[in-house]
Amino acid sequence: MTPRGHRISVEVNGHLHEGEVPARLTLVDWLRDELHLSGTHVGCEHGICGACSVLFDGEAVRSCLMFAVQADGHRVTTVEGLSGEDGRPGELQDAFCETHALQCGYCTPGMLIAAHALLRENPHPTEAEIREAIGGNLCRCTGYQQIVEAIEHAAAKLVERGAR
Amino acid sequence: MKAAAFEYARASSIEEACALLRERGDGARLIAGGQSLAPMMAMRLARPTWLVDINDVPDLQYIRVEGERLRAGACTRQRALERDARAIRLVPLLSQALQWVGHIQTRNRGTAGGSLAHADPSAELPLVACVLDAEVSVRSTRGRRALRAGDLFTGPMTTTLAADELIEEIAWPIWREDHVGSAFTEVSIRHGDFALVAAAAQVALDGEARCLRASFGVGGADATPVAFPELAQTLAGARLEDSIISTIAERAAAALDPGEDLHASAHYRRHLAKVLAERSLLEARDRAIARRAGQIRQ
Amino acid sequence: MASAAAPGEFRYIGKRRRTKEGPRFVQGRGRYVADVALPGMKHVALVMSPHPSARIIAIRTEAARALPGVRYVLTGEEFCAATDSLQIGVDAPQVRRYALAHEVVRYAGEWVVAIVADSRALAEDAAELVEVEYEPLPFVVDPERALAADAPLVHAAHGSNVLYHRRFVWGPVDEAFAGAAHHIAFRAVWGRSSTVPIETFGVVARWDPGTELLDVWASIQMPKFPDQVARALRLPGNAVRVHYDVDVGGSYGGKRGLKHTALAGYLAMKLGAPMRLIEDRLENMRGGDAHGPDRIFDMGAAFDSDGTIRALRIRAVDDAGAYTGRAPLQLGKPITAICGPYRIAAIEYEPVSVMTHKTPQEAVRGFGQSPTNFALERMMDRVAAYLGMDRIALRRHNLIRKDEFPYRIPSGSAYDSGDYHTVLDKALAAIDYPALVAERDTARRAGRLAGIGISTCLEPSGGNAAFEILFNPKNETTTWMDSCLVRIDLAGAVTGVIGTSSSGQGHETLVSTVIGEVLERDPASIRVARADSLSALPSNSPVGSRMAIMLGGAAAGAARKIREALIAIAAHNLDCSVEKIDYRDGDVSVIGDPSRKMTWDQLVEIAHRKYHRLPPGLEPGLQAKFVWEVPTGGGLPTPDGRVQMYPCYAFEAHVVYVEIDPDTARPELRRYVCGHDCGVMINPDIVHGMTYGGIAHGIGAALYEKFAYTPDGQLASGTFMDYLIPSALEVPALTIVDHCTPSPLTTFGQKGSGEAGYLGAPAAIANAVNDALAPLGTTLDTLPMTPHELWRKISAARATARS
Repeated sequence: MTPRGHRISVEVNGHLHEGEVPARLTLVDWLRDELHLSGTHVGCEHGICGACSVLFDGEAVRSCLMFAVQADGHRVTTVEGLSGEDGRPGELQDAFCETHALQCGYCTPGMLIAAHALLRENPHPTEAEIREAIGGNLCRCTGYQQIVEAIEHAAAKLVERGAR
Repeated sequence: MKAAAFEYARASSIEEACALLRERGDGARLIAGGQSLAPMMAMRLARPTWLVDINDVPDLQYIRVEGERLRAGACTRQRALERDARAIRLVPLLSQALQWVGHIQTRNRGTAGGSLAHADPSAELPLVACVLDAEVSVRSTRGRRALRAGDLFTGPMTTTLAADELIEEIAWPIWREDHVGSAFTEVSIRHGDFALVAAAAQVALDGEARCLRASFGVGGADATPVAFPELAQTLAGARLEDSIISTIAERAAAALDPGEDLHASAHYRRHLAKVLAERSLLEARDRAIARRAGQIRQ
Repeated sequence: MASAAAPGEFRYIGKRRRTKEGPRFVQGRGRYVADVALPGMKHVALVMSPHPSARIIAIRTEAARALPGVRYVLTGEEFCAATDSLQIGVDAPQVRRYALAHEVVRYAGEWVVAIVADSRALAEDAAELVEVEYEPLPFVVDPERALAADAPLVHAAHGSNVLYHRRFVWGPVDEAFAGAAHHIAFRAVWGRSSTVPIETFGVVARWDPGTELLDVWASIQMPKFPDQVARALRLPGNAVRVHYDVDVGGSYGGKRGLKHTALAGYLAMKLGAPMRLIEDRLENMRGGDAHGPDRIFDMGAAFDSDGTIRALRIRAVDDAGAYTGRAPLQLGKPITAICGPYRIAAIEYEPVSVMTHKTPQEAVRGFGQSPTNFALERMMDRVAAYLGMDRIALRRHNLIRKDEFPYRIPSGSAYDSGDYHTVLDKALAAIDYPALVAERDTARRAGRLAGIGISTCLEPSGGNAAFEILFNPKNETTTWMDSCLVRIDLAGAVTGVIGTSSSGQGHETLVSTVIGEVLERDPASIRVARADSLSALPSNSPVGSRMAIMLGGAAAGAARKIREALIAIAAHNLDCSVEKIDYRDGDVSVIGDPSRKMTWDQLVEIAHRKYHRLPPGLEPGLQAKFVWEVPTGGGLPTPDGRVQMYPCYAFEAHVVYVEIDPDTARPELRRYVCGHDCGVMINPDIVHGMTYGGIAHGIGAALYEKFAYTPDGQLASGTFMDYLIPSALEVPALTIVDHCTPSPLTTFGQKGSGEAGYLGAPAAIANAVNDALAPLGTTLDTLPMTPHELWRKISAARATARS
């Protein structure tokens, strides 16, 4: 059996990308290998570690558990899409730098996606809500402490900015 | 960890999905959220020849109240169900259970019907379906049939669904008594892991705090989730004293045949079944009483 | 270099400053090995052994070769003939190790066949088509059983399963045991867990036949890696060029990948195509050869009624797995802190490294010290319980006092400095210990199982690898230098060049901070570049908690040379002696005559362009290297096995509160404080971050993580569904309390901190769990302390109480 390729058209970080993919190609592999968006990382390929998290139609999902062909006609945001219009890091990314919320950086894009999704829905999260939101993203470097602090810091900054 | 090659078809309607399943034969499988199927495919433990994608079938994504049931299309996202105001009000056990399912990212994608079709004996939604005696509507090109959740599961990861059938809808009964309480509890090693054992309970009390009806069940401690309607039946008319609940939980646990794995022995699972069945019943009772006292308004 | 100063005297060191690495990582612009894509690159997948022990009868590869897109199928027969056995730590020449099994397989998951294909998916398709015929052989997965005379041999030619066994006696142990008022003996078991980074190991190799050069990009953290790759591939050392500008997605000691690189390198040379071998998670867990210590301690202590510990007897049997890598040496490093932070005069230590038919062991954060600390700290709590003495009082009684440093322990190392009592006091104050005791007691009265755990542990840092020669006299390694090159370009910008990769330790921040401190230039303006292995100065990589000390010291040394050169140029041009030059922020003036001055730019201009204005003998250009030897290093062991190993000793005091659900046995950490003293912190955020992470890693080892084996020799926890890494919901809010006792041995008073947290967390958590179990009269000294294990203990204790 030689599987045929599928034409897909996906909006990634605001730009329409078209391509032809074999059905078995995962979304994360397509993003990385075809679109060269290498910020989304592969950690376990079985849906536990969260390193490959992206926004799919605005919701945080694991891109190793989706096939690229399933994204046809949908909207995907990766870590590269979290930066501002000017290409500079956004408030949340800046907060990760401020509190040193990363070390090796490998889980960082997935953490940012999870945190971004949280803050969009819940601008004033409690510590418990933050931990729940990133509970599906494993980090081996930080013990999560400075990540929680970063998200709290970003929430405060975003609220402050919104208030101005 | 790359899936073996397969062919892919995206269905735009239930009819089309059914037709694809029939045409593509035994090697075809539905993919809904894919949160269980995709890892199995990555490990090549599952190797469908055809994947029929039902994520873009609009008729499979809805939550509505109709008759005495809360109904959800099979492809309704778990996260949507967890946060749906009607579901929280009318079938609170659902959102109570869903908070234990994986993580937000997996619930954003995982579906109600997918969880039932996957039939993991420790999964939360199959347990809730059994405890509430949900009705599962099933479609194929041969037509539609409805079955009770308890008749769906036959063993670990196995159901009575034929290869060409898809779950269309799950309908959970709404308990309309004035004083209803429910509770879901489980023990997993980490938050979000599969339960070692889970328990769910729902009770309705009359104005005198006597049990009108009750239902409870245990997951992860047998080949399928197990509800205990006969035992629950014995609670009707009684005041749900702690000792009665403890006895019932003990009897339920004794009726189970738990398996054993890396994380828990059969002995431990049976013990947890008793502890958790008891806790879920106690908590459900207390919530029903609190409701009766007007302390909780949902 | 010994010029310890209090942090307040520094301009950049010790200050909260953003790291240099952060911005690229938050934008998804790290460059990991999986991001290295070369034209024509091929992909490797592995066929793994399903048996723990078997003879390979036949390998049929025709079907795999025939699959379109498959470029090569490599078996052990070809590979082992064409390459040399990987180098190992101990003297066991018959324990030969290659990337692919040949003739026999020695653990389930061992790589048997490598497939090269146009894509990873195709390589996996082909791997399924390889048929290997095996004849199963007897196997052993229990390390104590493997010591028996009739045990199946993992390597028949070696003649036994023992890789290393020696009994060290330091001081009058027998006399102390005979004279002490009391003894206890118990067993403590450290379960097989490891570092398990979120990024698996990966390597990309490219052979250029024109230059005869093998380029290697790898997620590596390993001393002498290029040299060992070259030896395995029978290449000259200068035919392997390892690129250190690859971001490593976590390592914590484990990313060694020698076999992977030898394999990818061989295939790249054989096929003339760039080769990519990135473990998937299944390959990583089963066949990545990166499990961790798996250790049984038999502990004996002799002590007096006042709590004075007089002597220890420690026997440690460690299961190395099927091949020797760094495993036996992880029994050696703890010799440098074998009595922990305590004054114990006599110690017997009997390390036994034994092979079994399990996945081999690799280095893990702390290199064997955390398991040892766990055993020592369980001992302290058991002694306290035996005497009915308060655990804190017992520790205070035995802790080395701050006026006793440098303190030489019986096994030969001198501890540099410390103030253990104060750090412990700070930790207890931070958690409000009396209130915590009240909280625990209230919980107990309410019927809950509640416990407080304390550990006081050392983190030896700045390692000199003296355990190598101690465990293998043929390996006369007595230096573990590190180095840095600092250059100022014509435009006046400062660059530090280092010869190692980083896996999150923030070396760019470290080096730029140190250079900035010495040259008085803003670290934000200083770039840190990573040379490849052919252009780099020697490095022994970020292992052994050594980079703050060693790379920091090297960077400071190189920057000082630059500063001296600038001052020499200034003195020459301002016509005064160097002593008269006042150097400030890179500009200079004459002391007492500030009108005579030169700017940084002028000095740089002279160095790069104006030879006629350079002082005689000074090299033009502004570039300086510094290679630093480990302080106190270079010594050889005495015949009875005493040697100075690590120079610096950081201290941590953990206080943790746990509650265990009495009915489900599920533990939950409620409060966590760690008092920490690693001397002067170069970047506090980085030190804190690594310490938090170390604690989380220790929580995993204590409660969740285990590479478990079934009785039939199969790894039962080979996925992230069964190997349980703690998430943000398992790790509680963590509080670190700093203290600073500078090291007299290092440039700025710094000590190492890369293993902090991990070295005391499992011990503290084990003590907390046992405090919670104490009212039931039971103990649990086996890690991980899972709900199931806890329930077995709790239910057995209750059954005993009832009967």
